Amino acid sequence: MPLLELNGIAKHFGAIEALKGVDLTIEPGEAVGLMGDNGAGKSTLVRIIAGNFRPSEGEIRINGQVQHFHKPVDARVAGVEVVYQDLALCDNLTAAANVFLGRELKRQIGPIKILNYPAMYAKAAELFKELKSETRPRDLVKQMSGGQRQAVAIARTRLADAKLVLMDEPTAAISVRQVAEVLDLIHRLKDRGIAVVLISHRMPDVFAVCDRVVVMRRGRKVADKAITSSSPEEVTGLITGAIHVA
Amino acid sequence: MSTTQLPTTPSSVEIEDITGLKERSLSHRLFASQPFWVTVALVVMCAVMTWDQPDAFASADNFYNITRNFAFVGIMAIGMTAVILTGGIDLSVGSIMGLVGVICGLVLQGEGHWGIAVLAGLAAGALAGAVNGVLVAYVGLPAFVVTLGMLSIARSLAIVLSENKMIYEFGPYGDTFIAIGGGAILGVANPVWVLMILALIFGFVLNFTSWGNYLYAIGSNENAARLTGVPTRRIKLQAYIVSGLTAALASVLIVGWQGSAINALGQGYELRVIASTVIGGADLMGGHGSAYGAVIGAALIEVIRNSLLMAGVDANWQGAFVGLFIVLAVLLQRIRGKRSA
Repeated sequence: MPLLELNGIAKHFGAIEALKGVDLTIEPGEAVGLMGDNGAGKSTLVRIIAGNFRPSEGEIRINGQVQHFHKPVDARVAGVEVVYQDLALCDNLTAAANVFLGRELKRQIGPIKILNYPAMYAKAAELFKELKSETRPRDLVKQMSGGQRQAVAIARTRLADAKLVLMDEPTAAISVRQVAEVLDLIHRLKDRGIAVVLISHRMPDVFAVCDRVVVMRRGRKVADKAITSSSPEEVTGLITGAIHVA
Repeated sequence: MSTTQLPTTPSSVEIEDITGLKERSLSHRLFASQPFWVTVALVVMCAVMTWDQPDAFASADNFYNITRNFAFVGIMAIGMTAVILTGGIDLSVGSIMGLVGVICGLVLQGEGHWGIAVLAGLAAGALAGAVNGVLVAYVGLPAFVVTLGMLSIARSLAIVLSENKMIYEFGPYGDTFIAIGGGAILGVANPVWVLMILALIFGFVLNFTSWGNYLYAIGSNENAARLTGVPTRRIKLQAYIVSGLTAALASVLIVGWQGSAINALGQGYELRVIASTVIGGADLMGGHGSAYGAVIGAALIEVIRNSLLMAGVDANWQGAFVGLFIVLAVLLQRIRGKRSA
């Protein structure tokens, strides 16, 4: 059974049709590159899967179950985690506090619940180790490099038992060395059987880590094929419209 | 030394790493914290004044006066800290204080029980805070404008309710009410006890509960907090209610201490309260501040005021000195911010 199934997803913003009848299936542990020019509908699609927007038409199934996401938390409960483009980190908090933001570990003392810092530091350290990142749980996020910030955002998706991680342009604004770190992190997720949807403009990244590439143009899916049977030239043609359908 | 790579097993590197980090962060955090330097300034100022005026400044009477005087502003500054942490501001606390004072006075004048007067006052403060909070958090209006409106509305209500008269006939339960705000336990004024207890509670809440953690998160990146599942609107609403409540609490105490309620009570207090939090290290952009900082900021302002009086400086110069410290505090913040970034 596919992990995620999208059937005929459409989204209108007033008169603007951002998505038109998009079908997509993703298998467990699969990495799918989602590509397309600006305004092609990639981000809208990801936001629908993540529960930020509701689709105007179509249905979302996870493990065969029809889902109705009203807010991001609903999608998270269903096993969908998101790494946002700006990473959605709080600079003034520690790495551990960011990882656990919104789902802190607590300890009951009498009638009150207090934050369980030792447990959160330990768990965060474990996650960073698992991701082979040098990030330290007690460091403030504002002092971190781009790659470390990515590790924090990705560690967050490992807290719950995520089945699908959506990554919106994770390598858009970081250095070459850090890009390699992030691609490594994506491999770690795949190793653990987690499916990844990678939105990216960078052809080499998609060809380095993804099993499949999906190309969007003007709100439609124009290609969906195995990475081994495609090429950067073909994908570029599909994105720009030089090649119509593959 | 700490940057050199140790050629040992991974586990021992890790321990080294963690202990090294701990030591650095403790001393580093202390010296990088604004409340620490404000405390140093306060101690220095007290030492100088004690040396200069051993009889007048360092007397038990003066200590009693100073602590009681800043207790009211300090209590409000703690509530204000919750709002400022979220990146908001509450300009209405002075007017809420006035409104609450008049309500307490009217209940007592109508021969109501002192407990009812206190509860009615706190309820009025919480309600005014809730109105602020709903408009800011749920309707999405700017905090500055909403609370500026409340500043005007609450003051106007205070004047209307009091029929622009002073309320001083406190009825049969007046004595108890006056004892609450005007009394002392073990030689320390009651408002000071309230301030200390409140500071301890808020210090705890800000550091050890998820509610406190969320205030910092919202002030830093509200969008991120919402996306990760923090109930940002509810938390912001609650912050404004807390601010309204602390203003009401300060009002109940100050009316008891003064033994009368006037509708002009608390006029201009909002600026002293905000100044206290800023001097104590709160960032008006949100995300930084502490309960201790709010209290120590309020204390510093009062000690400056008191010292100038004792030193025989014309009272009209007070505003200039307090203003100078506000600007210095923000300057210090800026310098620290650059260094840590």
